[in-house]
Amino acid sequence: MDVILFLAFATIAVVCGVNVVLQTHPISSAVSLIGVMGSLAVLYLLLGAEFIAAAQVIVYAGAIMVLFLFVIMLLNAGEETRRGRSRLVQFLGLPLLVTLLGLFSYLVLRLFPNASHVRFGAFQGGTPAKFGRVLFTEFLLPFEVTSVLILIAILGAIVLARKEIE
Amino acid sequence: MMTGVPLSWYLILSVVLFSLGVAGFLFRRNIITIFMSIELMLNAVNLSFVSFSYELKSVNGHLYTLFVMVVAAAEAAVGLAIILTVFKNRGTLNVDELNSLKN
Repeated sequence: MDVILFLAFATIAVVCGVNVVLQTHPISSAVSLIGVMGSLAVLYLLLGAEFIAAAQVIVYAGAIMVLFLFVIMLLNAGEETRRGRSRLVQFLGLPLLVTLLGLFSYLVLRLFPNASHVRFGAFQGGTPAKFGRVLFTEFLLPFEVTSVLILIAILGAIVLARKEIE
Repeated sequence: MMTGVPLSWYLILSVVLFSLGVAGFLFRRNIITIFMSIELMLNAVNLSFVSFSYELKSVNGHLYTLFVMVVAAAEAAVGLAIILTVFKNRGTLNVDELNSLKN
């Protein structure tokens, strides 16, 4: 059952991820990205991260992607115009990318040959209660610093969106 | 029967999604799509954080993931504001045409 769920949602994630890159219209890319985030939420749940799965759906798929969709609609962004690519990208881009993928995969397989097998329910540490206990004791300072970061981001976004740059 | 999924499968899925994000970042020309590719890369890293958190039976990786989400939200707000300003001033979203630093 675990294997079936993993394979199903991993396939959805990869297909949607390829779609994000291949679609020429930003709206299609954004909707595909929501698909990636939704299937990743299911995978988080399989890994025992209940709170993170909920936060993934609410914060990422809910808030951030709606912001993206609003901006795409506001700017009325159309299809991307194709332009001639440099020869370097045409010939070297894909092989270099495959090399990156192969290198990372090799490292993963080399470094973790006998990592544990993931079974749903084997790790119970990701419940909101346990998560919150660690967040408000061990990680209290980063948590408070994060609030300052968000405040700065809000102010920056307001100033940037309002000001006309000559 | 119930052996479960090897952890390396999750890590390889994370690698694949990260490479797709890199591909989108490098090959696309629309600034909004480039921004979404960055979000895809952040998601891939989050998946590896949660996988390692399972392997180590520790909740710390989940907390890092939460902080990555917060930073991504702040980044999206500021980045999209910058994109709006760029579009207001230049009238284009194509990064090839945003070349005023070149000349």
